[in-house]
Amino acid sequence: MSRIPVSALLGLVLTGGFFLVAIFAQWIAPYKMDELVGGVWDPMSAKHLLGTDSIGRDLLTRMIYGAQVTIFIATCATILSFVTGSVLGFLAATAGGWVDLALSRFVDLVMAIPSLILALVVLTAVDVSVFTLIVVMGLLDSTRVFRLSRAVAVDITVMDYVEAARLRGEGTSWVIFHEILPNALSPLVAELGLRFIFAVLFISTLSFLGLGVQPPLADWGGLVKENSAGLVYGIPAALAPAMAIAALAISVNLVADWVLSRTSSLKGGRGA
Amino acid sequence: MHNVLDIKGLRIEATSYPPGEAPRNVVLVNNVSVAVQQGRVLGLIGESGAGKSTIGLSAMAYGRGGVRLTGGHILLNGREIREASAGDLRILRGREVTYVAQSAAAAFNPAKRLMEQVIEASLLHGVMGRAEAEARAVDLFDKLGLPDPANFGNRYPHQVSGGQLQRAMTAMALCPKPDLVIFDEPTTALDVTTQIDVLVAIKAAIRDTGVAALYITHDLAVVAQVADDILVLRGGKKVEYGPTDQIINHPQEDYTRALVSVRSIDHVEKTEAPAVLSVSGITARYRGTNFDVLKNVSVDLPAGQTLAIVGESGSGKSTLARVITGLLPAAKGDLTFAGRKLSPDLASRSKDDLREVQMIYQMADTAMNPRQTVGTIIGRPLEFYFGLKGEAKRQRIQELLDDIEMGAGFIDRFPAELSGGQKQRVCIARALAAKPKLIICDEVTSALDPLVADGILKLLLNLQARESVAYLFITHDLATVKAIADKIAVMYRGQVVRYGSKTDVLTPPFDDYTDLLLSSVPEMQIGWLEKVLAGRKMESAGN
Repeated sequence: MSRIPVSALLGLVLTGGFFLVAIFAQWIAPYKMDELVGGVWDPMSAKHLLGTDSIGRDLLTRMIYGAQVTIFIATCATILSFVTGSVLGFLAATAGGWVDLALSRFVDLVMAIPSLILALVVLTAVDVSVFTLIVVMGLLDSTRVFRLSRAVAVDITVMDYVEAARLRGEGTSWVIFHEILPNALSPLVAELGLRFIFAVLFISTLSFLGLGVQPPLADWGGLVKENSAGLVYGIPAALAPAMAIAALAISVNLVADWVLSRTSSLKGGRGA
Repeated sequence: MHNVLDIKGLRIEATSYPPGEAPRNVVLVNNVSVAVQQGRVLGLIGESGAGKSTIGLSAMAYGRGGVRLTGGHILLNGREIREASAGDLRILRGREVTYVAQSAAAAFNPAKRLMEQVIEASLLHGVMGRAEAEARAVDLFDKLGLPDPANFGNRYPHQVSGGQLQRAMTAMALCPKPDLVIFDEPTTALDVTTQIDVLVAIKAAIRDTGVAALYITHDLAVVAQVADDILVLRGGKKVEYGPTDQIINHPQEDYTRALVSVRSIDHVEKTEAPAVLSVSGITARYRGTNFDVLKNVSVDLPAGQTLAIVGESGSGKSTLARVITGLLPAAKGDLTFAGRKLSPDLASRSKDDLREVQMIYQMADTAMNPRQTVGTIIGRPLEFYFGLKGEAKRQRIQELLDDIEMGAGFIDRFPAELSGGQKQRVCIARALAAKPKLIICDEVTSALDPLVADGILKLLLNLQARESVAYLFITHDLATVKAIADKIAVMYRGQVVRYGSKTDVLTPPFDDYTDLLLSSVPEMQIGWLEKVLAGRKMESAGN
C-alpha cells in the first residue's frame, strides 16, 4: 500500500465517522428518537447541541438516527444494485446473442425513463416501507451498474484466458466469478462509491418529496423537509441535515476518486 | 563524408516504480558510442529491453515516457543536442531527423488522406511549398514501388495494405529531405513476403536519397540486408560494434555468435505413424459472412508428431485451429480424433474430448488471467479434469514446473512477475497438466526474442519425446517450421496448397506460392536480398 493522499485520508476519516455514527446510533444519541424534549425550534444550547426541531424533538438525536436510516437504505440499495447489475451485466457479456440483446434492450428501456419519475410512480402504487424503498432504488440503480459491468466484461471475454477456460469446458458461472470478476473489480469498486452517493441523494430526494422514509422514522432528506418551513423565520435547523448529506457525499467521493486513480494508474495497475 | 550522427558515451536513465516498493533509478543505456556517416546505415540489434529503441530515439534527443538522457554527447551534424531547448528540438525533429515507427497502422491518422500526412512535416517546417512537396511525395511513392504513385496519396490509411502503409510512412520520413532517418522495426509487423518488398524499397530509397539511417530490429538476418555497420546491444550495453560483414561472418563475442546461429535445432522428422487427428474436407466461414475462410482443408496429424501449418496472415491457419477446438463449427467436413468422431461444436464435446485437445496461444500475456497465481493457473486443469486437491495437486504442479524447467519459487507468483519466456512456459505447463494427446500451438514463439523462442522450441521437442503428445504448430516463420515439424501444410487463401512430410514439402520442385514463401525468409547472409529478387516467380500477396 503506497502513501494515501491527504484528500483521500480526510474522505476516509469522515466516511468512517459517518458509518460509526450510523452503526452505533442507539448508543450515541442523547435522547430517544421521537421524544419531545423542548419547545419548537429551540436554538442551540448545551442541552440540545443543534437545537430542537419543528415539534420540539432533539435535532442532534434526529440527525444521528437519520444517519442510520439514510446510510442503511443507501448501503442496502447499492449492494442490491451491484449484485443484480454486475451479475446480469457479466452474464450478458459472456452469453452474448439473444440473452445480451434482451437484457440490454430492457435496460435501455428502463433508463429511457427518468429514474426519479419512475420511482415516484412505483412508490405511489406500492406500500412504502424501508424494504420496498431499498428494492425500488436498488433495481433502478442496477441498470447503471449493468451497463458498466457489461462494458468492462465485454473487453475481458475476448481475452485468450477466457477462451482457454471455455476450451477447458468451464461453465458460465466459473467464467463469470473466476475469470471476469477479479479483473473487473477495480472499476466496479470505484463505481461503488459513486453509486452509494447517488443512492444517498436519491433517498434524500424521495424523502424530501414525501415518498421516502415515512414518519416518525426520518432520514436526512425527511429532516430537511420537516424543518424547511423554519428557514422562512431564519431558523437554521434544515441546514444541518443538508450539510450532512453534502459532507457524506463529498467524503465518499474523495475515497472513490482515490480508489479510481489508484486502480487505473499505469504504475502497478494490477493493484493486488 | 562527415558524421551525421555521433553519439559518445551515452547514458540514459529512468525511474522505475515496482509495485509495492520504493521507486528506484534504473540505467537503460550505459556508455554507448556510435557514429553514422552520410549515406550509411547503422543497424541496432538486440533483444527486447536491450535499449535499441531508446538509443534510436535519443538521436532526436527524445526520451519516451520519463526516460532521461543523463550523460554523454549526442552530436547531430556536429551540434550537441542532448540538452537542447524544446524550441530547438522542435525545429530539428521532423526536419533534420525523421522517424519510421513499427506499426504504421497505428501511426497514421485514419481520418486524413495519406498525402496530407506525408507532406505535413515538410510544410510545417517550411522546407518547401505545397506543390513542390506533393511532387516530391509522388516521386517518393514511385521510388518506393507503390502502385499508381500519382493518385496513391488520395487514399486513406485503411484503403492500403500494411506493407504499403509502412512504405508510405517511409515516404513521409524522407519527404522533408532529412539528414538522418530512424527506422524502428519497420518490417517486424509484416508478413515475410511483404517484408521483402518493404526492405527492398527502404534500401533503394536510402541509396537514392543519400540520407544516413539508423535501422532498429531484433532480426539479425534482416539487418544484414540493409546495414553497413551493426551495433549489437544487450541490457543497454554494447556487445559488439563493427561492419556488417564482420558481425555476420566473424562474430567476436559469444552473444553475437548465439544470435547468428540461433534456430539451429537439428530436427529429424519421425517416420509415418497412425493419425491422432484427421481433418477431412473442412469448409468454414464466420457467422454473418458468405466468404469461406477455409476451403476443403484436409490434413492428418500422426500421433506424437508435429504438423506445421504455415502461411501468411489471412491464410486461414488460425481459423483451422478454431475449427479443431470447436470454437467455430465447420460448415462441411469431419474431424476424427483418436479414432472417434469429434463433434464440430465445443458445447457438445465430452470432458475427455476437451481434455485431450489443449491450446497454447501467441500472446502468453493475455492467455493467463492476471489475477491468478501460477499455481492456480496450472492447478485448475488438474482439479477440473482429474479432481486433484490439496497436497496431491501441489505436488503435481511442482512436477509440471520442473517439466518446464522452472523452479518451486514460481508457484505463488502472478503472471506480471514473469518474463515473456517464463509466461509461455507456464502456458505450456497448463496445457500439459491436462495430459493431452494434441496441443495446438498458435504462433507460440512469434512474440518472443530469438534466443528465448529457441529455448521454448527445445522444451516443446523434449516434452514431445517424453509425453508423446502431438503438436499442431501454427506459424508464419519457416525457420521455426524447419526446427520442429515432421509434416508441413502450406496454406494460402484458405486452402492447403502443399502438404506432406517435411522433406517432401521443402524439396524442389516448388509450386509458385511455396517458392515465394520459402525464398522470402531472410537468411543470415549478406547480399541475400538481391539474390532472392532475381529469382522470384510471383508477386507477394501484399501487393
